[in-house]
Amino acid sequence: MDEQAIYDRLAKIFEDVFDEDSIKITPELTARDVDGWDSLTHIRLMLTVEKAFKIKFSASEIGKLENVGDLVKLIKARA
Amino acid sequence: MKALYAELEWLPRAPEDFSARLKALPGAPGEAARQLHCLAQHALDLNQLTKLAKALDRTRSEVKPLAPLTPFRLAVLSNSTIDLLVPALVASAARHGIALEVVTPSYDQVAQEALTPDSKVNSSRPDAVLFALDYRALPLRLALGDTEVAAAGVAGAVGYLEALRNGIKAGSNAVCIFQTFAPPVETLFGSLDRALPGTVRNLIDGINRALAELLLGSGDVLLDVASLAETVGLAEWHNTSLWNLGKFSFSDEFIPLYGDHVARTIGALRGKSRKALILDLDNTVWGGVIGDDGLEGIQIAQGDARGEAHLAVQRMALDLRRRGIVLAVSSKNTDEVAREPFEKHPEMLLKLDHIAVFQANWSDKATNIQAIAEELSLGLDAMVFLDDNPVERGLVRKLLPQVAVPELPEEPAYYTRTLAAAGYFEATAFASEDLKRAGFYQDNAKRAGLQKQVGGVDAYLSSLDMTITFQPFDATGRARIVQLINKSNQYNLTTRRYTDPEIAEAELDQEVFTLQVRLADIFGDNGMISVVICRPAGAGVWEIDTWLMSCRVLGRKVEHMVLGEILQHARAAGMHTLRGTYRPSERNKLVVEHYAKVGFAKVEEQDSGITRWELSVDDREPARVPMRVVSQGFGSTGER
Repeated sequence: MDEQAIYDRLAKIFEDVFDEDSIKITPELTARDVDGWDSLTHIRLMLTVEKAFKIKFSASEIGKLENVGDLVKLIKARA
Repeated sequence: MKALYAELEWLPRAPEDFSARLKALPGAPGEAARQLHCLAQHALDLNQLTKLAKALDRTRSEVKPLAPLTPFRLAVLSNSTIDLLVPALVASAARHGIALEVVTPSYDQVAQEALTPDSKVNSSRPDAVLFALDYRALPLRLALGDTEVAAAGVAGAVGYLEALRNGIKAGSNAVCIFQTFAPPVETLFGSLDRALPGTVRNLIDGINRALAELLLGSGDVLLDVASLAETVGLAEWHNTSLWNLGKFSFSDEFIPLYGDHVARTIGALRGKSRKALILDLDNTVWGGVIGDDGLEGIQIAQGDARGEAHLAVQRMALDLRRRGIVLAVSSKNTDEVAREPFEKHPEMLLKLDHIAVFQANWSDKATNIQAIAEELSLGLDAMVFLDDNPVERGLVRKLLPQVAVPELPEEPAYYTRTLAAAGYFEATAFASEDLKRAGFYQDNAKRAGLQKQVGGVDAYLSSLDMTITFQPFDATGRARIVQLINKSNQYNLTTRRYTDPEIAEAELDQEVFTLQVRLADIFGDNGMISVVICRPAGAGVWEIDTWLMSCRVLGRKVEHMVLGEILQHARAAGMHTLRGTYRPSERNKLVVEHYAKVGFAKVEEQDSGITRWELSVDDREPARVPMRVVSQGFGSTGER
């Protein structure tokens, strides 16, 4: 799956999880940049990503992610 | 089958504009709550549940009334992280008519909160306290092979739960909801774990049983989470990775299911459980169409796969009746024809005297269900309607949103499982009077008087986005044409039967006008649903030799469209008159007035009951009905 397709899917997922359609999905985006991106929403986000891309993350992988770019790399390696 | 449960497959999928509708809740009193209730009736995933709960909380904080939803305050005590669960509980409760407010103390403060009279939970005066505990909350010690120590372990665990209950009773006197414990997947010995005293599985079995006995008839409530986990599979239920990550006690996949089970339990406590089951007949209670297939043709026998599936529906209906659920029938059929299997078919388990109200007629089902509710003096919100036909389900859902209408799978073998999974008849206690309740409604199998037609049927029809396709007979359609000609009994004006070679001949005969009609809608392709044959009968006259239609598409104005198509071709062929005949049979009373309804004038009535009708071709413009028309294979292809 190419990166652009992953970013497009992620945009929809972010809209669904944060109930907010104005978030711009860039590789540098981090939890600090988005209102309501707390540890719990982070887990809901990860669960939604897992379901959408039909992949599973390990607990430690979820902990290590620094930004959206990392997430995309992880998805790309799996999906 | 896991999807039935994980995806709440008895509920319709959420609409495309779900999020938009949540953001634009109406301001009029009660309207926002009604809209939330309505949106909650869909199969929602975790994100959608979270959004709906947010919208409900927002509505509450704007002090908009949440009536007609019934307010309920639930405190949740848990040894796990419940933050993901809480919105799911709130949204699922809205599905069951409850405006839920959830009180949550800090993580893992179960004993402190229950036992302290002025704790956050006790001082919030909850209506109920849910002990959302899993096996990790229990003081379980292995006591391998030691019956006495194992029994003491079980007693100790149940004693702990009892102490929690007593604390709540003393502190706030709320109803306590306890969960059975889903045992972990991992065994120590293997199968021996079940039998050997003191293994984890053996201890949990003992605790679950003792807990169930303790609560039965006590006024407090058991939520059988162990059964839920077994139903979907323990290996799917327990997600060790999520536990390690954030102390989530079961897989996120089942949060919607768990939420619905908590919500239906609360609904039951507040009298929201349904009380009556309304059954469609054809392809629901038996396989096949009684009006077309006849008593010998319907599938209901033991030993026949299809028949067994429908027998299971009957058995479940009877069992429900035994526990006090009222049964009614709503069927598009002639009344005598619909009653025949109940009276004469030896394999039928359901008999007429099990049915409190029997409505078999040709009116739309929304009107009929309203009549049934009135006859029973029960609210529409007490009704469940079981029907294999998605169009009927859609109509009832649209016009009578209070009625619960489960989606059904293609395979009738799973009708009963789907109905049971929906949990419409959830009860938290058992009273022996319940057993008699169905009988109260039972004086006779009555037929309720139909009131005015429920409004909005036409609007619903146009929302079906129907496409009707007309073609002359051809080789591809022939097998189905012959089948319809030889099988259709009810919507069949002349009941003339033809063989395959006879139809092949009609295909080639330039003088004969033939029509095969297909109908598609948003639910899919209904396939071929109508057949017409017109033969020349003197100069400028077509005699309608055959006109039949599948009853599945009754009430959708297909017959008007078909007439419009015939008229066009008649004009093109230089005809001035259409002549129609009604020949009565045992089964076709439905169409005795067919020609009158579509505008023909009666020209003859014979003692045998045969009537003849005529229509001047020039008189008529085809009726306008909201569907797309495709006409092809007549030399020129067109779409209108």
